[in-house]
Amino acid sequence: MKALLVAEYRDGQLLGSYQELIDFGGQLGAECAMFAVGSKDTLPAFDGTLYLADVSQVGEFDPDAHKQLLLGVIEQEQPDYIVFSHSSYGWDLAPRVAFSLKASQISEVVEISDGTMVVPVCNAKLRRQVKPNTPITVVTLQAGAFGLAEPPTGSPEVKEVAAVGCGPISFTGYEEAEAGGVDLSKSEVIVSAGRGVGKPENVAIIEDLAKALGGDYGASRPVVDSEWVEHNRQVGTTGQTVSPKLYVACGISGAIQHLAGMKKSEFIVAVNTDKDAPIGEAADVLVVADLKQFIPVLTEKIKGG
Amino acid sequence: MKILVCIKQVPDMESKFKIDAAGTWYDNADLAWRLNEYDEYAVEQAVQLKEQLGEGDITVLSIGPDKVKEAIKKALAMGCDRAVQVSDDAVSGKEPCQIASIVAAFAGDKNFDVIFTGMQSQDRGSGQVGVLIAEMLGMPSVTTVVDFNFEGGSVTAKRELEGGIKAMVMVATPALFTCQLGLNTPRYPTLPNIMKAKKKELLSIPVADLLQVEPRQQTAALYFPEKKGGGLVLEGEVGDLADQLVRILKEKTTVLS
Ligand SMILES: Cc1cc2nc3c(=O)[nH]c(=O)nc-3n(C[C@H](O)[C@H](O)[C@H](O)COP(=O)(O)OP(=O)(O)OC[C@H]3O[C@@H](n4cnc5c(N)ncnc54)[C@H](O)[C@@H]3O)c2cc1C
Ligand SMILES: Nc1ncnc2c1ncn2[C@@H]1O[C@H](COP(=O)(O)O)[C@@H](O)[C@H]1O
Repeated sequence: MKALLVAEYRDGQLLGSYQELIDFGGQLGAECAMFAVGSKDTLPAFDGTLYLADVSQVGEFDPDAHKQLLLGVIEQEQPDYIVFSHSSYGWDLAPRVAFSLKASQISEVVEISDGTMVVPVCNAKLRRQVKPNTPITVVTLQAGAFGLAEPPTGSPEVKEVAAVGCGPISFTGYEEAEAGGVDLSKSEVIVSAGRGVGKPENVAIIEDLAKALGGDYGASRPVVDSEWVEHNRQVGTTGQTVSPKLYVACGISGAIQHLAGMKKSEFIVAVNTDKDAPIGEAADVLVVADLKQFIPVLTEKIKGG
Repeated sequence: MKILVCIKQVPDMESKFKIDAAGTWYDNADLAWRLNEYDEYAVEQAVQLKEQLGEGDITVLSIGPDKVKEAIKKALAMGCDRAVQVSDDAVSGKEPCQIASIVAAFAGDKNFDVIFTGMQSQDRGSGQVGVLIAEMLGMPSVTTVVDFNFEGGSVTAKRELEGGIKAMVMVATPALFTCQLGLNTPRYPTLPNIMKAKKKELLSIPVADLLQVEPRQQTAALYFPEKKGGGLVLEGEVGDLADQLVRILKEKTTVLS
């Protein structure tokens, strides 16, 4: 069995997620080759062939060009699996490649089990085992679900891939995330508000608890999208990554993109009305309660010593 | 301008799920249903685009059983002009490529200038349908859009990347966009608009008329993940809960000392 792993470069730098692809390939028992649109300046630690297109010629984001390059390599390598990260690059490119190959695509794989790919369903409340019916399978891997215990070693045999013409989408540059405001990565205690707060006025309940604990308050994405809390307090893949001594998740369901930003916290408390909320899996303590009733009582007790 | 928006009806994620008899999907009974969150942004963006241009015709399409008409009516009340239900009682068994092929078969000869989908559905969440529709129709697609601007036949959009960085892209229409959370502020349908929506065209097409693709994958099993966290679950009266939690925090952390 053969797998082609698709590594990513951002702003000229190789992303560490390529290690997750290598682990997945190993678990499949596949012979692996790698593909990337990147640069010789930062190469993955990988024992195998790396098909490398020069990013300075192709551009970092041109899905149609990247697809064409990848299809050329697939033609040569004849892989059974094509492996992407389930990232803004991977979920964009994978379906384009799958379509061209008439391949099955299985998104956000978290595990290989009995020869099937396991993926989350309904905000990770359920799991699904999926079997492809096609000779070639495209997969995207959930961030963090795979990974090597030890950093990989080796250096790839680089085969250069000639550039192709650009596609219909022109990429004009990156816009950095807004800087400034609170740096939650330094906070020792973070109390975060999720959609369960219900309305903007209730954010104060969360702020009060954060103050009583001598910490800062954060938020999940819907609370930020609704403009109840400013963006620089968002925790998660598209916000900040934090690791305080104590993280209190209030009315937060525990979507993977939120967990990715806070699961390294030393101690996690979740307050949720839903006993089955996925946050319970990450929490040291799950308090099953309405935050509007519970948090003010807790805050008073903490203030009282 | 002709605009197509694809929407899906999904269960409320706070529902208590059960596995169906076949063991391959969740049981559809006793669930509260809603419009897929990502698709609300898609509908809103379509309506804002039409408002900006002062002209346009928005078709909203959903594949599923009669129940999906509730989601369709919401989209009509938000400002879509006409609706298509591709009637399919077995929609939960269809995989992304089949869903996309149904939409592409419908859209094939209709020359839509702009197509909006959500970036993913909240239940199956493959994140594939939008891109596949565009590939099938031979039009460019931009995914994970958090900012959308149409001017003079072109769209400048921002794609959201990890860490909140955005990639700025430009593309000429016709093109498809998959909408990410926070793209805009979806409006609440007003009562007069809910009434008006009832008079808008809602066409039903049997799925067999549009589906041409065999499934490329199948579900072997659906199940609840094993609880491994082993965290403590506290239930009871709030005063007791607060006392218990304070005790635990004093014991297990240094933040209260
Ligand atoms: C590419 C991408 C990037 C993303 N990036 C991020 C990110 O950086 N950060 C992030 O947070 N999300 C991110 N998301 C969104 C993420 O998938 C979830 O949609 C989001 O985290 C859900 O937020 P939530 O838990 O607050 O809301 P919900 O999922 O709606 O959960 C609300 C919770 O509150 C509980 N609840 C309701 N009422 C009460 C009450 N009175 N008391 C107590 N509990 C109550 C409910 O049981 C439920 O569990 C991203 C999504 C995508 C696709
Ligand atoms: N049954 C359906 N009917 C109409 N549109 C759908 C359906 N399923 C998915 N879509 C669209 O495709 C997007 C991505 O879905 P998915 O690929 O399942 O994550 C959704 O946000 C919808 O816009």
